[in-house]
Amino acid sequence: MIKFNFKRLLSSAFIFCILINPLHSAESEELLKVKWSFKGLTGKFDRASLQRGYQVYNEVCSSCHSMQYLSYRNLGEPGGPEFSEVEVKAIAASIEIEDGPDSQGEMFTRQGRPSDKFKSPYPNVNASTAANGGAYPPDMSVLVKARPGGSNYIYSVLMGYKEPPAGMKLDDGVYYNKYMIGNKIKMSAPLSEGIVEYTDGTEASVDQMAKDVTTFLSWAAEPELEQRHKTGVKVIVYLILLTILVYLSMKKIWSRIDSEV
Amino acid sequence: MSDHEYTPQSKAGKWFNDRLPLLTLGAHLSDYPTPKNLNYWWTFGGILTFCLLTQIITGIVLAMHYVAHADLAFASVEHIMRDVNYGWLIRYIHSNGASMFFLAVYIHIFRSLFYGSYKSPREVIWIIGLMIYVLMMAAAFMGYVLPWGQMSFWGATVITNLFTAIPLVGESITTWLWGAYSVDNPTLNRFFSLHYLIPFLILGLVVLHIWALHIPGNNNPVGIDIKKPSKDTVPFHPYITIKDAFALLMFMIIFAGFVFFTPNILGHSDNYIPANPLVTPAHIVPEWYLLPFYAILRSVPDKLGGVILMFGAIFILFVLPWLDTSKVRSAVFRPIYRQFYWIFVADVLMLGYMGAMPAEGIYLVLARVGTIYYFLHFIVVMPAVGLLEKTDPIPMSISEPVLSGGAEPSLAKKDNDKI
Repeated sequence: MIKFNFKRLLSSAFIFCILINPLHSAESEELLKVKWSFKGLTGKFDRASLQRGYQVYNEVCSSCHSMQYLSYRNLGEPGGPEFSEVEVKAIAASIEIEDGPDSQGEMFTRQGRPSDKFKSPYPNVNASTAANGGAYPPDMSVLVKARPGGSNYIYSVLMGYKEPPAGMKLDDGVYYNKYMIGNKIKMSAPLSEGIVEYTDGTEASVDQMAKDVTTFLSWAAEPELEQRHKTGVKVIVYLILLTILVYLSMKKIWSRIDSEV
Repeated sequence: MSDHEYTPQSKAGKWFNDRLPLLTLGAHLSDYPTPKNLNYWWTFGGILTFCLLTQIITGIVLAMHYVAHADLAFASVEHIMRDVNYGWLIRYIHSNGASMFFLAVYIHIFRSLFYGSYKSPREVIWIIGLMIYVLMMAAAFMGYVLPWGQMSFWGATVITNLFTAIPLVGESITTWLWGAYSVDNPTLNRFFSLHYLIPFLILGLVVLHIWALHIPGNNNPVGIDIKKPSKDTVPFHPYITIKDAFALLMFMIIFAGFVFFTPNILGHSDNYIPANPLVTPAHIVPEWYLLPFYAILRSVPDKLGGVILMFGAIFILFVLPWLDTSKVRSAVFRPIYRQFYWIFVADVLMLGYMGAMPAEGIYLVLARVGTIYYFLHFIVVMPAVGLLEKTDPIPMSISEPVLSGGAEPSLAKKDNDKI
């Protein structure tokens, strides 16, 4: 009898541990929650939102934040913003890339190609730190995966610029953010009404831009997401069917002897 | 083991088998008499073999694309995730595979603890199993360092610093391990080398583990010795192979769920930040499967003491067959031990939870209580309960129906009823 009580104790302790997820308990403020189209078992990115998000990244974020693990060609690949081949070439061609050395040993600049990696705004981390008041703007390639809360966290920080509470002293170049850990951020509010003029005519409200750029960053961190979800559903369905067949075979084989499986 | 002589049908088979009896081995593995009452907790041996092979195969492919250099490791992992065909799948199988491996090994170990599989005559199987477990922890720890993220770097720093606690030579040993004066490129490089080596050591030990198992044969839920082969046993193939396959498929469904739908939930988000020796993460936590030991380490105020207790928590398992004084194997017939068993399971889970929390306040107090109880379980509970407990009547054989209390003549081991 007591055994069952221990089992119950055990399971309640287990549930308790899951409820209070240790990795997320440090956050002071409950993050804003968005119903992202890419969550869930069959989640997909909103193509138009990804394209708008790239525009926000390109026109706003990219002046400080690098994205060194992405290539321009990724923008045209399936499961991403899926710009047309022509558009991808045009995007790459608008960038000047330093290449070399040539046969004379000289470095030279040339037009970007789709195979080039995203050009970083600063030559190195030290330069970017120096140019940004001592705070290095993190590379955005895997930023969504590098923060507890992921997409919701990025969106929350973008929407979290508020007046500091009374009595909170902020140094020059430091801003209050409701969702940033420690509530202090060295990036001024990057988004403001109309800072971007969307080519597809969508109204560029701060909320819209924050959602679009977060979607774009989520794709950048997990470009395989759509393929992963699609393959995953197939794999699980296949495994379940195979499990049923093996289960039936097992029952049949074990029925030869008078024992239960 | 069955002593039947196996003779290959074909002439070529006979010729080969006379020179290297691989076919005899195959026949032995196929006919191996296995208790017919094994429950699903016994399917984890097969599952673990699958886990090991999965890790080795995916690992070999990853090593073709990974670069073990402090400046390039992080980028090479992103290269695998983005540019290598199905690289994301291979890496997610490998990283989640480590967790699935430990999930399975913990179930396997706790099954052994419940049914007394570590007891005579299976002590050597148990000890080889523990050696595999220790090597698994080493391999997992070094593997976690390879992506060279923040948690990789700081985890490596915390764990290697444990060796500085050794009196007199600690500092020198740590420098020697690092190959530098801190965790740095030489450390990463040698960890990669060892991470590639260890799985093959494990594979060798797995062969010994199975070999040692095939001498006395499997324990079983009733925990009694059985005659082999007899009506209590079934040949390994097809009865156990099909059952193992079924359990393995169920396991693979869970595995695939992690890989395809939530591949990063068992990792730490900080590990997607490139390693930075100048910035310490707010909380340095190891992977979930090492958390109970981490809790024990931190519950001792003295560094050397913590290290000793942490390693002691693992190595006390090696002498468990001699700490357990009960002659009855299965906890099914041990009403008192059974309760302590569940308390112990709860204790380990609690320690794991405390290992994930900051070492302060109530967490630290509970971690200390948990640590003390962990050792009490082995040093006091196991010997004492074995001596004092009045065990339930044990059936003569698996085929025999469960006994009602008073069936005296059927008791196989009356001498176990002490007091």
